[in-house]
Amino acid sequence: MTALADTPTTAPARTARGVALDKLFEALCFGAATLLLAALGGLVVSLVIGGWPAFAKFGLTFFVSAEWDPVQEIYGAAGAVVGTLVSAGLALLFALPLALGVAIFLVELCPPMLRRPIGTAVELLAGIPSIVYGMWGLFAFAPWFAKHIQLPIMMSAKPGTIWETITSGVPNGAGILTASIVLAIMILPFISATMRELLLTIPAQVRESAYGLGSTTFEVIRKVSLPYVRTGAIGAVMLGLGRALGETMAVTFIIGNAHGFPTSIFASGSTIASTIANEFAEATGKLHTASLIALGLVLFVITFTVLALARLLIGRQAHA
Amino acid sequence: MFKRYLTAIAAVLSLAGAGAAQAADISGAGATFPAPVYAKWAEAYQAQTGNRLNYQAIGSGGGIKQIGASTVDFGATDKPLKPDDLAAGGLAMFPTVIGGVVPVMNLPGIKAGEVKLTGPQLADIYRGVIKRWDDPLLAKTNPGVKLPAMPITVVHRSDGSGTSFVFTTYLSMKAAHWASEVGANDSVKWPTGLGGKGNDGVAAYVKQTPGAIGYVEYAYAKQNGMTYALMQNKAGKFVTPDAANFKAAAANANWKAAPGFYLLLLDQPGADAWPITAATFILVHTKQEDAAKGRNVLAFFDWCYKNGDAAAAQLDYVPLPAAVKDLVRASWSKVVSPDGKPVYK
Repeated sequence: MTALADTPTTAPARTARGVALDKLFEALCFGAATLLLAALGGLVVSLVIGGWPAFAKFGLTFFVSAEWDPVQEIYGAAGAVVGTLVSAGLALLFALPLALGVAIFLVELCPPMLRRPIGTAVELLAGIPSIVYGMWGLFAFAPWFAKHIQLPIMMSAKPGTIWETITSGVPNGAGILTASIVLAIMILPFISATMRELLLTIPAQVRESAYGLGSTTFEVIRKVSLPYVRTGAIGAVMLGLGRALGETMAVTFIIGNAHGFPTSIFASGSTIASTIANEFAEATGKLHTASLIALGLVLFVITFTVLALARLLIGRQAHA
Repeated sequence: MFKRYLTAIAAVLSLAGAGAAQAADISGAGATFPAPVYAKWAEAYQAQTGNRLNYQAIGSGGGIKQIGASTVDFGATDKPLKPDDLAAGGLAMFPTVIGGVVPVMNLPGIKAGEVKLTGPQLADIYRGVIKRWDDPLLAKTNPGVKLPAMPITVVHRSDGSGTSFVFTTYLSMKAAHWASEVGANDSVKWPTGLGGKGNDGVAAYVKQTPGAIGYVEYAYAKQNGMTYALMQNKAGKFVTPDAANFKAAAANANWKAAPGFYLLLLDQPGADAWPITAATFILVHTKQEDAAKGRNVLAFFDWCYKNGDAAAAQLDYVPLPAAVKDLVRASWSKVVSPDGKPVYK
């Protein structure tokens, strides 16, 4: 107490200069935030303008047709939209249990000696450029997948059965399923790193109380830890999903790049991002370019919807 | 201390020197297919003259767009522009080197050059009509070759590409069905098959899939030792894809009757002519705002015509025949400065 009293109060609480600087600081922050909003708005406007010829020409059929014919100049987004949703959805399906497992192991179960190497390995996965994933997928994973998984499954199908139709395809490992698996590996570190941070925020007392009441490790994780971080976990998942939706290079390498709807689990397909990456550089026709930009707008809307849904879910959870 | 001043002065001087050299630097963008030879030429040209070439291999479509927007001094394309389009864009076009597109396969037990294909057969394979290698239609041109009882997997380019333009144009020429159902473009609605990104993507799919057929640029097929097919040419002969046969196709072509050098070297007459041969082209504005810039561009390509043949051949491209080079040089008189004088003689 005395020490405090002895401290001389050298400066008044606020000088005129300080107030002015404060105002400036506020203005700068406001500017930074609005600049971002303006850039986003500008992006949407330019996508709408750029894609307008395609919307005007094809109308609603642009969204429901899977026809993609640069010679006849007929374009429809449905094939790419379905490919995008299916590949991202499958990727999430594969990545989520793994990511959860990794995060829970690291936080709750891992011997301290292993924590660092495993954590670093997961973080390293996040740092690998997507083109490297694409090349690895095309040259290493797809051939392995074809030989050890796809071919045995295709061979086991009896001719004429539904199973044969479902498993038909080119036996070289390139397709939506392989692309989804590679995508899963790519989004795994994002989900698991966020999950780990979330699990670390749980106060030790909460966990220890549960143990004190005689819960098993599994019960603590299922009934205490996971519910505690549910809100944030949904955000982490959506972050991964958003990344999977927009991933371009890796997918382009291994998805097989066929327009139209996928007809079997090994079918090749295309996503919005892969179609744009494949064709934009060489698109000279006005309608071709416009259709690709329109595809970009569709992807934007899909991503926005996913994020909005996430917000909605988080909001509901927070109130509950 | 004094020494440090000297180094600083030297650095400034060298910078100034670089600035002066920049005046003669030229920039181009476009086709990826000739990019390796343009890079090689640029290196040798810079060593000799000090002038630099900045070439961005962004694809033929990109090259056409960039020269249209005048962001580069020249555009490069594998897909020639029709004379009307050239006139509309105020552009002049000329060929630089010749290459070939080669069908490659992955057939167990079959070596390069053992399988013979005709244009219509290739079109039927790519249409998905011929589905198996042991199809009687294929057996007809391949007596004595034991084609495996395997489904055919068609592989094509997924990205828009001048290679695809050349390939689909050839199929359109040889098969009416292809022309009416699919057509020719740098990307088309493929009736069947897988799309690989770039030559390497196509090559990877073909290598990994027994029974696959794809098409790649010659240099790619050669350097990767891929199993190629012999193709039947206009004279009815089955020929090997190699530099000599591309040259034969170029030699037999009638360049004089091709306004604006709009000429596809597909299905040319001659016993040795490889049927899927194509030139790659340069686009420049006919009216050069900056006469010196225009002169530099044409001077570079003139230098390449004179000194670049060996480098081109080394990279598995075919140089233009001398007569065609002279025709191109004569055509440069229409590239003029604002006062109407040719920029380069």
